[in-house]
Amino acid sequence: MKVIFEYSREGKKGFHIEEEKGRDLLPEDLIRDEVEVLPEVSEREVVSHYLRLSVLNYSVDWGFYPLGSCTMKYNPKVNELVASLFTEAHPLLPEEMVQGYLRIFKDLEEALKEITGLHTFTLAPAAGAHGEFTGIITVKNYLEARGERREVVLIPDSAHGTNPATATLSGFRAVEIPSDEKGMIDLEKFKAALNDKVAALMLTNPNTLGIFEENIKEISRLLHGVGAFLYMDGANMNALLGQVKVADLGVDVIHLNLHKTFSTPHGGGGPGSGPVGVVEKLAPYLPGPRLVEKEGKLRWTGGLGRIRSFYGNFLVMVKALAYIKELGGKGLEEVSRIAVLNSRYLRKKLEGKFKVSYPTETLHEFVLSDETFRDKITTLDLAKRLLDYGFHPPTIYFPLIVHGALMIEPTETESRETLDAFAGAMEKILEEAEREPEVVKTAPHKTPVGRLDEVGAARRPILTWMQYLQEQDQS
Amino acid sequence: MSRYIPITPRDREEMLKALGLESEEELFRSIPPDLRGKGDIDIHPINSEAELREYFLSLSRDNTFQDKRIFLGGGAYHHYIPYAVDYLSSRSEFLTPYTPYQPEVSQGTLTATFEFQTYMAALTGLEVANASMYEGATATAEAALMALRIKRGNIAVASSLHPQYRQVLKTYLEKQGVDIVEVPFGEDGKTRLEHLRRFDNLSAFIVGYPNFFGVVEDLDAIQGVLKEKGALLVTSTWEALSLALIKPPGAFGAAIAAGEAQSLGLPLAYGGPYVGFFATLKKYVWKMPGRLAGMTRDSQGRRGFVLTLSAREQHIRRQRATSNICSNEAWCAIRVAIYLSLLGKKGLRNLALLNHRRAVFALDLLRQAGFKPSFSSPFFNEFAVDLGRDAEEFRRSLLSKGFVAGYPLGRDYPNLKNHLLLAFTEMTSREDIKALVKEMEALK
Repeated sequence: MKVIFEYSREGKKGFHIEEEKGRDLLPEDLIRDEVEVLPEVSEREVVSHYLRLSVLNYSVDWGFYPLGSCTMKYNPKVNELVASLFTEAHPLLPEEMVQGYLRIFKDLEEALKEITGLHTFTLAPAAGAHGEFTGIITVKNYLEARGERREVVLIPDSAHGTNPATATLSGFRAVEIPSDEKGMIDLEKFKAALNDKVAALMLTNPNTLGIFEENIKEISRLLHGVGAFLYMDGANMNALLGQVKVADLGVDVIHLNLHKTFSTPHGGGGPGSGPVGVVEKLAPYLPGPRLVEKEGKLRWTGGLGRIRSFYGNFLVMVKALAYIKELGGKGLEEVSRIAVLNSRYLRKKLEGKFKVSYPTETLHEFVLSDETFRDKITTLDLAKRLLDYGFHPPTIYFPLIVHGALMIEPTETESRETLDAFAGAMEKILEEAEREPEVVKTAPHKTPVGRLDEVGAARRPILTWMQYLQEQDQS
Repeated sequence: MSRYIPITPRDREEMLKALGLESEEELFRSIPPDLRGKGDIDIHPINSEAELREYFLSLSRDNTFQDKRIFLGGGAYHHYIPYAVDYLSSRSEFLTPYTPYQPEVSQGTLTATFEFQTYMAALTGLEVANASMYEGATATAEAALMALRIKRGNIAVASSLHPQYRQVLKTYLEKQGVDIVEVPFGEDGKTRLEHLRRFDNLSAFIVGYPNFFGVVEDLDAIQGVLKEKGALLVTSTWEALSLALIKPPGAFGAAIAAGEAQSLGLPLAYGGPYVGFFATLKKYVWKMPGRLAGMTRDSQGRRGFVLTLSAREQHIRRQRATSNICSNEAWCAIRVAIYLSLLGKKGLRNLALLNHRRAVFALDLLRQAGFKPSFSSPFFNEFAVDLGRDAEEFRRSLLSKGFVAGYPLGRDYPNLKNHLLLAFTEMTSREDIKALVKEMEALK
């Protein structure tokens, strides 16, 4: 794996900058030397380096990517075209010059309100976890304004790690609530933990097991009874579009992930966008800036504090709005129908040979445990072997409450043929584990690199090319 | 059926049958009946791609800035992006994967991320950098939180730090019950050291470099004060190109250099997505937020890259994680890596010099026209001008002439209401600058 620095030779250049005549006004002692590690490489070599790197990546456009709770659906191409129309505005331009941009914010806010039934949205958060922070501090702002000191945020043990991390970041203490034998939040234990020190419950629904929290309405009622709020992590919204209005579930705050449910590309880990919706009584406590419309003209106004510079990951919003506009309400409803149909179909196909973690009916995703193969291979082995069959593995070892978990979310954008082929590969690997387990244990065999030494990487971290060169010098 | 769903009506029937269900409604029977089936979404579809494109084209026509001459900076800068950056970064292989949790099929993203980390460490003059943060303001807030993990105490912040960054910092720190004290600037636009000296029990001092007025702060003197107090120097840079010309924070002993790398390969895009950077010293690496790519070997001894030191992160450490960040700005970081690879050592230096010289050219013209800079301190490509009259009104008059003449500082600093912040890059031509100064002179 070559890095760009290894192509560098003095005198090459990848971009021409005309030398600017004129005087400098920086004192000598403030000027640095040239940045030594920056390479000198021709455009031709830069292009082939990154092209060669790119083909080492697996991607949604390449194939099936059934990562649970990540919603790796197809990313429509026209959305990229549409976004390319909106790259040029400086964020500090006078609002009257960017009404087209502001209209996109407004249209998307309205669409998300319609989809969820919630009262107000902010589009500023840069990702899901950033949305969680925004939502939880909105609750905190509300409580502080009323002089209430509440310390605790309740979080089920099946929750994504960002939920407890968000509670801490927002200055709360995370208290974990166990799941019951159905894979839902344990209602009795929840009741026992509930008191007037609780600010909110953060509930993912459907949860990370793909199970709809059937007591959600009751949970909301109980929370409201002690003056606490129901926060819904909307990571799994792809199961619910057009099926329920989130507001009807008694949800006070939600974050959505435009890069999951609304089809924008994940970019190898970002950029995302995590809009936050709230009920009316929380709306005044959202961070700013807030968009207001007066006589057809849009402009920005206050809000309570700020969670990032400017207004959000705008280009991600453009793509999500294009997706929503193209599909419309009925199309979005169909998304969830097929997402659930595909997931249930795949579950059914795998159920014979694999153990599904909880018998409860699931929606858009489901979780297998390692019960039927753990004496021969590990979940990691199975995941790595899937790579040899041309599939990206599911999310593994999460949720933590399932032993050797494989969390599978096929999404609506996969064909039945793909689902059948994936199920076939899973079964084939089980057979291999029986007959020739070494092949599975040493997988992958057909990828650009073999299994990588992660322990070594963490023991002696080499995080930059300079560090690598220093190590070379020393040895 | 949407063109994005490859399931046929016959598939639907057969798959339902395989599940032993009569209708698709039954798929949702685990949702209590009183909640189910009430989700109708009243949004009309735009059925054809041509109409969809036209819809957004018509929105883009509602914008009126395209023919204006714009001199805005203040945290976002208009730089030229070589087309190869768009070309390469728009490849599906970079655009459509998830986080590289399966390194065997993610070497492209991981290698480019390692390069990005290298570039950010080199530009800031520090030892390690992470795989990216959301943008500059949150990167700066996370830097403050990390400083508190290294040393407890109060956080002092320069009042010349970007006003939005200060707001974000306040939001992040207040919720954790941490006090922030502000350190004012003097007549030279730099942090007043005698004020900084007054504060005890400091964890860190956070300063813009260059600051919001474009002034290059005297980090040497600041670090002198902080050393006495045992407090950490944390810098925040939102014009990352400046670090190709001015001495980097690491050279002055900064513990953390955070900021915004939009300048290095990302379009203005009305504020996002941008890409935060975060660099520090090796000894603090376990206290860092965010993902890290590290070099390692595969089973056959070949070089490869993985995400590493993840025991700091939320998916392992949960409520004890160093941050709640999960998704970052990975794709934007790849663009920055490609951009910096193209510009290279000489190109980046020349571009930085060009930016500085063009700003000096503007300053000289403004001086000739009788304007004086607000502060006489060194700057990179952005500085403030004292108009001697209300800057908002002055700028409004210039708008009608087709100029967006910078940012009125009075919006954030009431005592600077006569001052205008102007930025100059390779995209503001000498002709544009001459025209601007001419109009400004006429308005005087």
